[in-house]
Amino acid sequence: MINKGSKVLLEVKNLKAEVAGVAGVAGAEILKGVDLTVRAGEVHAIMGINGSGKSTFSKVLAGHPDYTVTGGKATFEGKDLFSLAPEQRARAGIFLAFQYPVEIPGVSNSALLRLAYNTLQTERGLEELDPLEFDDLVQEKIKVVEMDPSFLGRSVNEGFSGGEKKRNEILQMAVLEPKLAILDETDSGLDIDALRIVAKGVKSLLSSDNAVVMVTHYQRLLNYIVPDYVHVMDGGRIVRTGGKELALELEARGYDWLRAAA
Amino acid sequence: MSTALQNLVNQPYKHGFVTDIETEAVAKGLNEDVIRMISKKKEEPEWLLEFRLAAYRHWLTMEEPAWANVSYPKIDFQDIIYFAQPKPKKQLASLDEVDPELRRTFEKLGVPLHEQKLMTGVAVDVIFDSVSVTTTYKAKLAEIGIIFCSFSEAVREHPELVKQYLGSVVPSGDNFYAALNSAVFTDGSFCYIPKGTKCPMDLSTYFRINTEGSGQFERTLIIAEEGSSVCYLEGCTAPQFDTNQLHAAVVELIALDNADIKYSTVQNWYAGDENGKGGIFNFVTKRGLCKGINSKISWTQVETGSAITWKYPSCVLLGDNSSGEFYSVALTNHLQQADTGTKMIHVGKNTRSKIIAKGISAGRSNNSYRGLVKIGSRATGARNYSQCDSMLLGDRCVANTFPTIDVQNVTAQVEHEASTSKIGEDQMFFFAQRGIGSEEAISMIINGFCKDVFVHLPMEFAVEATKLLGLKLEGSIG
Repeated sequence: MINKGSKVLLEVKNLKAEVAGVAGVAGAEILKGVDLTVRAGEVHAIMGINGSGKSTFSKVLAGHPDYTVTGGKATFEGKDLFSLAPEQRARAGIFLAFQYPVEIPGVSNSALLRLAYNTLQTERGLEELDPLEFDDLVQEKIKVVEMDPSFLGRSVNEGFSGGEKKRNEILQMAVLEPKLAILDETDSGLDIDALRIVAKGVKSLLSSDNAVVMVTHYQRLLNYIVPDYVHVMDGGRIVRTGGKELALELEARGYDWLRAAA
Repeated sequence: MSTALQNLVNQPYKHGFVTDIETEAVAKGLNEDVIRMISKKKEEPEWLLEFRLAAYRHWLTMEEPAWANVSYPKIDFQDIIYFAQPKPKKQLASLDEVDPELRRTFEKLGVPLHEQKLMTGVAVDVIFDSVSVTTTYKAKLAEIGIIFCSFSEAVREHPELVKQYLGSVVPSGDNFYAALNSAVFTDGSFCYIPKGTKCPMDLSTYFRINTEGSGQFERTLIIAEEGSSVCYLEGCTAPQFDTNQLHAAVVELIALDNADIKYSTVQNWYAGDENGKGGIFNFVTKRGLCKGINSKISWTQVETGSAITWKYPSCVLLGDNSSGEFYSVALTNHLQQADTGTKMIHVGKNTRSKIIAKGISAGRSNNSYRGLVKIGSRATGARNYSQCDSMLLGDRCVANTFPTIDVQNVTAQVEHEASTSKIGEDQMFFFAQRGIGSEEAISMIINGFCKDVFVHLPMEFAVEATKLLGLKLEGSIG
């Protein structure tokens, strides 16, 4: 929901970044000047062809060590984002739903969720929850993604199907209640039922205080979560911004006409 | 490895202090006179002196084993103190007579000697350098026929038991270090559980090497009679010296019909500094004999200290339907070297064994699992399951697995699984993105990795082991 008067959460200006070079070889520049402003209450979609820089953009915002920021700036609620370590960004309220969620053998889902939740509670000056209290909370949250409670006792993502891994990411989002959620191709690899569950889950978490940035290839996710803004990324820049109708146009015409225009 | 994976290994060793206590030590070096002197000081019977001398003569003919995947400068066995004890040596009638300095040492280490202060349900035997300082709860255990005392006392009070079982599982000429131990062992724990008795509390021995340049050669003997059971814990620390200290212990376990022995170790000797200077050489022979039918011996070890670990707690499954278990976590950091594992020797019918070994290597360390599963020709229906997992932290450490499987009976079933993993940058970033710092993330991953072993440790030990691994790895990633 667009409300120009609402609080700016994320402001990115002329962001440039490269993938970290190895052994003296300079890295390749992937982001070549990205501008984006996200206010509370907004839903943004970032679309584009493979290699346009969409996923890199989300990882750079979260502080992935493979990338080096070479220019521009980004603030989150007015704070310089790049002065914060990845865990500090997370604690400040930035959440990245991973495109390829990692498996953590031996670490149970519930243990991870509780540690992450309690770390945030401590950061916010609130009381930590003991395992029983936390279980009450997580049992409610798990309904959001329609997962079986038995998933809580299993190792993080170990042996999960692609769809289960993505739902698990949304469960983490539901528990951590971020101010800014960046969903990196959360819809790819999902069948229609799983897509519906994930989208419904995300939608139920949206409020006028938070915002979501969805990186996606497909229009179909946007049928469930209608974006306020659609951005098209190409060659490491945002080359076009429009409303939800832009996504429909992309679906119909592809990207070539935009690339030619850029 | 990224910066996120580079800051976690440099926690100082907190048990590295030396107790300033007067010790009485024999001069460095080893010969028959030294052995006679040790035996005389301990007022041993003639047969035990003969046992020692026979072992010593055999040892002289033996070569130091070179097959282990470890390297270290040649040990000068004449440059070691073979006997050191806190002065004055006198018979301690009660705990109050323990030297206050010694008592403070153990309190600092978290091993209070006052019985009323002890964790409920644990009896403790404390070995300082070469002698047993005190054994708690002895009287209470004696009421139900359980003997739990220092090895020296067992020799005095129960010579017939010692004579019957000493060397029956690990013969004095078994290997180089076992022979050396048999010649010069000084003290250790002795434990005897009578027929049909379930030991009502965990028995524990705490080992401390204090004197610089001294070796520790303890001898532990545990006998579980028919239908009895016991849970035994062993903890070890040592001060921080620049020189290496030798620890060559022998542990023998005997389980008769339907008896059950569970032996747990949390080994935290001093591992040397980050450049590999100093630290304990831990060359230990531990072996259990499942002598009776349906008997069971279970080893659980958490090995974190020692410059070099050479240790293979084993089970000889002689009785039909007997079973052996080995659960191990071996962590090496800096320049530590570990060559550790187990041997499961199946002799009897329908014998079962299970091996779960977890190796964690960090820094520039070298961590090897070495195991033998042997199914003898008459071990019909024998089964073994082995799982060896290695985890690497960083890109300068080494993990090896050397499993040997020898099957001589066609009905046997033997399974071996192995895996190697690395704490990945993506895993670390995932944790960071959920607000979790690198040290907590590593501790969570490591504890998850070791879970299958930790569940077999008694509660207090599991907590200690978890903390210990965290401390050992602090600063190795970041």
